[in-house]
Amino acid sequence: MSALTNIVRKELKELMTPATFLPIIIMAIIFGSMGNTIGGIEGELKEKPVIGYINADNDLFSKIATNVLNQSAEIIYESLNISDKENGLKKIQEENGVALIIIPKNFSENILLGRHSEIEVYWVMKGAGLMDSISSSVVEGLISVINRNITMEIIQNNVSVNATTALEPTYRNDTTYFKGKEFHGLSPGQISSILSQQSTFIPIVIMMIIIISGGTVISSMALEKENKTLETLLTLPVNRFSIVSGKIIASALVGLILAVIYMFGLGFYMQSFQLQEVASSSGFDFSLSSSDLILVGLSIFFTLIAALSFCMLLGTLAKNYKSAQTLTFPVTLLALIPMFITMFKDFDTLPVVLKWVVFAIPFSHPMMAPRALIFDDYFLVITGIIYVSIFALIMIGVAVWVFKTDRLLTGSTNQRWKNLFRKHI
Amino acid sequence: MTVVEVRNLVKNYGDFQAVKGISFQIEKGEIFGLIGPNGAGKTTTLRVLSTLLTITSGTVKIMEFDLKHKPEEIRKIISYLPEDAGAYKNLTGKNYLEFIANFFDQSKKQEIINRGKKIANLGKRINDKVDTYSKGMIRRLLIGRALMTNPKLAILDEPTSGLDVNNAQDIRNIIKETSQTGTTFLISSHNMLEVEYLCDRIALINNGIIVEEGTPNELKRKHNAANIEEVFTRVVK
Repeated sequence: MSALTNIVRKELKELMTPATFLPIIIMAIIFGSMGNTIGGIEGELKEKPVIGYINADNDLFSKIATNVLNQSAEIIYESLNISDKENGLKKIQEENGVALIIIPKNFSENILLGRHSEIEVYWVMKGAGLMDSISSSVVEGLISVINRNITMEIIQNNVSVNATTALEPTYRNDTTYFKGKEFHGLSPGQISSILSQQSTFIPIVIMMIIIISGGTVISSMALEKENKTLETLLTLPVNRFSIVSGKIIASALVGLILAVIYMFGLGFYMQSFQLQEVASSSGFDFSLSSSDLILVGLSIFFTLIAALSFCMLLGTLAKNYKSAQTLTFPVTLLALIPMFITMFKDFDTLPVVLKWVVFAIPFSHPMMAPRALIFDDYFLVITGIIYVSIFALIMIGVAVWVFKTDRLLTGSTNQRWKNLFRKHI
Repeated sequence: MTVVEVRNLVKNYGDFQAVKGISFQIEKGEIFGLIGPNGAGKTTTLRVLSTLLTITSGTVKIMEFDLKHKPEEIRKIISYLPEDAGAYKNLTGKNYLEFIANFFDQSKKQEIINRGKKIANLGKRINDKVDTYSKGMIRRLLIGRALMTNPKLAILDEPTSGLDVNNAQDIRNIIKETSQTGTTFLISSHNMLEVEYLCDRIALINNGIIVEEGTPNELKRKHNAANIEEVFTRVVK
């Protein structure tokens, strides 16, 4: 065997460990799942949106509009009488529809008189995630098609109207129903944009705090083990709870300082995307009250403690600084999953299994809290805080227990489990 | 006065039995050496007595406290120095001694720190970061840390391991001097000359069992050996 082959073989043996491959395999799985999600969005874009309409005009141009809707949407409610609006909305809500479109009386006449004609759209919004507003985007597209078809009709038949009306014969008057509230003048897309500013900022900050301070705890444990300072610490007259909580509190403080610095930068960045004018036009206050901010703060605080307790537990498994780097991966993953899920989907519109998964990940709660509080969903936020606190207490309890056993220094686990593990590898 | 009383101590790691029922006693002010080949169970025994590892069976009493039931009381009166231990690299030597002293009687804090500084004997370098210390300096700092609280029992695992002759001799002298003030020492070492020079009594441990125990002179006479190294080789082989 040549010297080169010998070195290559040795290097490969050292590099090809589960620790090298596991993070990449998991990332590949995540990207694969994201690919499926994007594929799902494309599928949803091709699907016909479920809508209802009331054509109170029933004249030339409104018939063009209903033709477009009949061809490109699944119609579950149809009427010619404007007084059927309540029934129509009820039907749309019951059958998981997207919108009720109302073409008012004199729709065609207004256009012929050279006036822009109104199309009332009553949206039933299900969630504020990126994926939740796909169907409403399709309907918005259909209304653009209606506009274009009416313009073509005007031009082809030389209807005598002014150019502005010919090019833009209709306008949309949106009303959106979301989480029991009514938003005048806002479409689901606009509401999603306003909410995503708030719901993107906090998840990113939370994710950063968890990853940075979690990594600090795990590395600190690993360094203590590597330098054998932990052995000295454990033989000093100090109880195990003080050691565990001391490390958690210090890392939490570092994490919070880093978060404040990070929030300043990100805050200035996010200000450039403000849609406050649009938001205020709806008459709905999208900002959080001071009591809401306290709840968000509590959620962040308890989540940070829970995250650090979990990291402390992972840190007890670290043999040295190198192995600590691998152990930060599950924490990063658990912080990334809720961040992406809350961006794509609203908690309410998630499938039941995914709802439980998201709820079970303690890092999800402060990410979901701001949006939930805007819509007065105190139940989700308070149960989340209680759950995260219980999770933190359990993790601290387990960490203190590990500190009292041989596992911390010997890394030993139950022999029976070890044997079982060996048999299956 | 008996400071350490170990009876039928057994320590298992899963299926592996590292210590197989050893018994020994250490009297006040004694320097007791635990010697044996690698993997004989020395460090495990020291870690058990330092309250780091739990007992599988048997009993350990340090002063009047039972180790199984009163580990927190034992931690107040012992001091443990692991083999190849380090100190917090971002602290200065002085800060490190202060950090440790904070866990003990606050009314004597300054006295404890001054004693630690004196034992470590690092001069002005005590104000430098540990990160800048040589291996010998770190060991001196750690010896200072281990002895500054006047522990009833100091447990030192290979106290001079990896040190040059001068540093090793300094540390041996510190141990000798401290034992004369009433501190009891339990030491493990590979260095037979060191053991012979330092220890009042020795126990030879092999494969988890104490195979010989006595003063260096008693053991040399018994095995008709010129030094402890010869005793060790004969007993272990």
